[in-house]
Amino acid sequence: MPSLGTSWGRYPHARQTIAPLHWRDAALPTAQGSVLPYGNGRSYGDVCLNDGGTLLAMRGLDRYIAFDPASGILRCEAGVLFADILDFAVPQGWFLPVTPGTRFVTVGGAIANDVHGKNHHRAGTFGEHVLRFELLRSDGTRVECSAQENPDLYTATIGGLGLTGAILWAEFRLLRIASPWMTQETHRFGSLADFFALSTQSERDWAYNVAWVDCAARGSRFGRGVFYRANHAPASIAASAPRRRRLDVPFTPPFSPINSLSLRAFNELYFRCAREGRALVHHEPYFYPLDAIGGWNRLYGPRGFLQYQCVVPAAVAQSATAELLERITASGSGSFLAVLKVFADRPAAGILSFARAGTTLALDFPNRGAATFSLLDRLDDIVAAAGGAVYPAKDARMSGARFRHYFPHWQSMLVQIDPKFSSGFWRRVME
Amino acid sequence: MRKILIIGATSAIAEATARIFAARGDALFLVARNTERLRAIKTDLDVRGAVRCAFAALDVADFAAHQAVIDQAERELGGLDTVLIAHGTLSDQGECEHSVDALRREFDINALSTMALLTPLANRFEANKAGTLAVISSVAGDRGRQSNYAYGSAKAAISAFLSGLRQRLAKSNVDVLTIKPGFVDTPMTAAIANKGALWAKPDRIATGIVRAIDKRRSVVYLPWFWGPIMLVIRHIPEFVFKKITL
Repeated sequence: MPSLGTSWGRYPHARQTIAPLHWRDAALPTAQGSVLPYGNGRSYGDVCLNDGGTLLAMRGLDRYIAFDPASGILRCEAGVLFADILDFAVPQGWFLPVTPGTRFVTVGGAIANDVHGKNHHRAGTFGEHVLRFELLRSDGTRVECSAQENPDLYTATIGGLGLTGAILWAEFRLLRIASPWMTQETHRFGSLADFFALSTQSERDWAYNVAWVDCAARGSRFGRGVFYRANHAPASIAASAPRRRRLDVPFTPPFSPINSLSLRAFNELYFRCAREGRALVHHEPYFYPLDAIGGWNRLYGPRGFLQYQCVVPAAVAQSATAELLERITASGSGSFLAVLKVFADRPAAGILSFARAGTTLALDFPNRGAATFSLLDRLDDIVAAAGGAVYPAKDARMSGARFRHYFPHWQSMLVQIDPKFSSGFWRRVME
Repeated sequence: MRKILIIGATSAIAEATARIFAARGDALFLVARNTERLRAIKTDLDVRGAVRCAFAALDVADFAAHQAVIDQAERELGGLDTVLIAHGTLSDQGECEHSVDALRREFDINALSTMALLTPLANRFEANKAGTLAVISSVAGDRGRQSNYAYGSAKAAISAFLSGLRQRLAKSNVDVLTIKPGFVDTPMTAAIANKGALWAKPDRIATGIVRAIDKRRSVVYLPWFWGPIMLVIRHIPEFVFKKITL
């Protein structure tokens, strides 16, 4: 568990006053300077940090308000974790409509970052499933927002990085499932062209598509990876849930064991050991493999790490992705956790929503100081030239100019932002 | 299915405990001061699976109102077999050293109101020859310390009261459980900075409370390591105790 007031990348460091919220009828705590809602600290950079200001600790708002088992519409407070919703909903035959790769995010955080999952081509982002929510603004007003009611504030808050006020509760639609299990198919691919072919071919019949790409492979192996496609299993599948195994990284090692040598060895092993074919997998290890290792972010050592997730438009996806991977491979940096997937062409749920038609690449970089930052700047050059964008929820370093280029509608946010709310990220990109 | 009355239901430990009961399909009657917050907890427990959940507002310092609320709980639930008393305030030790009024107020809330509630409840359960009375005392009651002996002595009074009550009701098949949490990270203790390794989350305390109730335990330290810690602290000779700060 991250200690309160840090982000998942453990970079940058910020000092802020913590003001916990426990009741949705209570007023916002009085604070000097700016405030920012903080959920479970699973965003990577500084969208959840507010150096020199106050963090509103939202986890205390963790109550359900209503659930209709016929329609699957759930209303709950913003600090409820996805993990809690799954524990509650899966036995009743419901699942999250969209989930990121960790279940330890809050509902409020999922809205504020308009998170996506492996089913973007089918279900879009989490924000698309949010019917309504209530915002508590710094002037004490409470504003209920939906597509019909206060629609401008609604679209500003989805993907709005917590800047429009504190989300107190939200109502959203769950997805009907017949089984807690997943039917999964695994295919190795030898090149990026093969990845794109597999992706296109899987879109119609598979709800969840994602690929691991070997960002250390060069030469004829360049662009190789493993493609995973899955569906919720039908009801006929009856097996008992696997035991929850949980390891913990109990301390931060003094230096990171993750380097280019261990990376190449690990990737080789991973590629070779990927078992092709069909398998039945429980939803927990399927969606959340890293949740089984508590505090895995500590493996990057005391300097933390930077995650980089970008999207490049469909028309140039293959060439731009190849260019990005070449740049990363040449640097010898990058990490095991390199993920590739295709976003569909859907209208964005929020003004600052990241997901858009194209291909998204996500990977971690151990923080090696200037070398890492300059590599990421070079990646930004490629993404910007391609007409793509970088994901604020993962970012700790993009320049203001780049941000405004990636998110051309940023100015329509300005009138919706609560004057008392701010974040480290926002001050950085507004400079 | 248990029929459970919870006094101090908006406290973090009580709320976490109520969630476990609700998920098991128990029936609950919640009592606390703030109606809005009781309603927020009630709707949450309904969604979590409580077979029935109702609430009433009560200020425990209003002793005359106790009886009506207990009667209401019994009516709403169609009987009563389990009680959890969880209300309390973390006394301002400094204020209690200078104001007898403050000291008396703390004792009213943390000791006398609990004893007052337990008196009619014990008689009912004794007559029924069944039931569980679970009360949150504190490790602070095991030995008075200079940093919080106003709070600690009130909790000591509770622990002694429960000990006697347990002996009396054992003959009637009624369980009396003394719960002694250590440091718990709740809104009540939010003002304390630098929470170290000894601090526990309310969820962990709640799991221990439910287990102790199910296992019909008498006294439980939560988490367990407070048992050995308090054993040591209780046995420090006075001539040493006087010289240390705890």
